[in-house]
Amino acid sequence: MIDMQDIWKTYPDGTTALQGINVVIDRNEFVYIVGPSGAGKSTFMKLIYREEVPTKGQISVNGFNIGKLKHRKIPFVRRNIGVIFQDYKLLPKLSAYENVAFAMEVIETPRRVIRRRTMEVLELVGLKHKANSLPAQLSGGEQQRVAIARAIVNNPAVIVADEPTGNLDPETSWGIMKLLEEINFRGTTIVMATHNKEIVNTLRKRVIAIERGSIVRDEVRGEYGYEI
Amino acid sequence: MKFSTVARHFREGFKNVGRNGWMSIASISSITVSLFILGVFMLLALNVNKIADQVDSQAQISVYLELDTNKAKAEEIERSIKRIPEVKNVAFVDKSEGLKRFKESMGEKGKKALEGYEEENNPLPDMFEVDAFDPQKIGFVAKQIEAFNETDPEKSIMEVKYGKESIETLFKITNAIRNIGLFIVVGLAVMAMFLISTTIKMTILARRREISIMKLVGATNSFIRWPFFIEGAIIGFVGSFLTASVLLFGYGKIMSKTSSTIGLYQINYLSLHEVGFVVGGTVIVLGTLLGVWGSTISVRKYLKV
Ligand SMILES: Nc1ncnc2c1ncn2[C@@H]1O[C@H](COP(=O)(O)OP(=O)(O)OP(=O)(O)O)[C@@H](O)[C@H]1O
Ligand SMILES: [Mg+2]
Repeated sequence: MIDMQDIWKTYPDGTTALQGINVVIDRNEFVYIVGPSGAGKSTFMKLIYREEVPTKGQISVNGFNIGKLKHRKIPFVRRNIGVIFQDYKLLPKLSAYENVAFAMEVIETPRRVIRRRTMEVLELVGLKHKANSLPAQLSGGEQQRVAIARAIVNNPAVIVADEPTGNLDPETSWGIMKLLEEINFRGTTIVMATHNKEIVNTLRKRVIAIERGSIVRDEVRGEYGYEI
Repeated sequence: MKFSTVARHFREGFKNVGRNGWMSIASISSITVSLFILGVFMLLALNVNKIADQVDSQAQISVYLELDTNKAKAEEIERSIKRIPEVKNVAFVDKSEGLKRFKESMGEKGKKALEGYEEENNPLPDMFEVDAFDPQKIGFVAKQIEAFNETDPEKSIMEVKYGKESIETLFKITNAIRNIGLFIVVGLAVMAMFLISTTIKMTILARRREISIMKLVGATNSFIRWPFFIEGAIIGFVGSFLTASVLLFGYGKIMSKTSSTIGLYQINYLSLHEVGFVVGGTVIVLGTLLGVWGSTISVRKYLKV
């Protein structure tokens, strides 16, 4: 599903964020990406949905060679990937409902279906009552849940989640984790960057640790492995 | 693209105008201001053209003959005038015809004053009305006709009139306006585009992030572009519709007086009815196109993410 071969990423300002990443993530896997702040986790995720392109190396996602992708084709690859951005990336002038619905409008879903499905996922993340609020009127955790709702609404083949529980209280975090696990059971591949030790150590999955741009550990039912 | 998506783009286009609040108002204002200036100028230019045409068509030389000029002499003068290459037409108006016209032009009031003047004691001279091919040359033609007296011992020409001063200044003004008119219209259009594109640049900056997010969620360029396109059209249409309404309403009020006299000339202005369609139509079409153009270039730049 995701195949990276000798991936290097140097940003235009000269910062090298990834150095020689080799990894294969299969269909239906659930993978935690852990590591200290600034290690390159977000960069790793951005390469998957092509917000960034590697400086060197080959990536394929869902059978597409991401590096060689024509501009015209990018949107169609992204549609199979639900992204929960670390900074949420909600459209500021659209309500919670409209933000989620937008992802469905993009793929030309009939309006009737959009209405039903959008309300359904907002209920799943516990935000049905905030459907008409603008992002600015929502708390950080609420915005994060809107971002989660948007990422899952189209039942994508892959979900890339960059600290999806970063702003949530423990109870809500567990709610979201149960949701992601359920989605994973139904066949969706999940790649999740996290700093949450408790979650990683309780809900045991494959753990990939990145430090200073390199993979330092890759365990099938791994542990978080860092203090805090 | 499915029909429901088209409908969605229209809905979003309309909603965006509301969502962008002040930005929409700023855009509408800049379109309104630009087009208003352009519209005022258009009305001016159209009227000047009309005035110039009227002056052209009215510009005529009157050649008055001495009272004692005989028929043979008059015919000789007519032939001489016709020989001037710039002359288009010469019409002889004999004194009884002249008196009849004079009485008519004086109306009821003049009837009393002119009573008693009939054929036998007609005080008016015979005359020619001379048209030139090019109305702007009538001064030149008039001079040549005046010069006939120099070779004529009887000096049969009493006076040559063509409303010298008034017509010459009028021609100067209309020519100037006609010539710089196009220049100014182009200049104003460029200024309007500049004003609008500045507004657009501000809009773009505000939307850059939104566009990049839309792309990350999997929207294609055309999907992103359409609502912007429609929003631009709405803003352009609203702005130009406002302009056209104010412009034409104002014109109607100001032009309640439809004619006046400049020197010898009777000038009719264009009625609201005559300019309404052209000016209103031009302003609205131009405004809508400007709006569409503006929003199209405003997104294009940020679509390559
Ligand atoms: N757009 C960018 N331009 C330049 N340098 C960048 C950019 N984005 C990230 N970096 C740098 O790349 C390195 C890796 O950043 P990245 O965001 O991938 O870290 P991270 O592991 O996600 O950290 P965190 O846990 O804090 O989210 C950092 O040194 C960061 O400063
Ligand atoms: Mg990060």
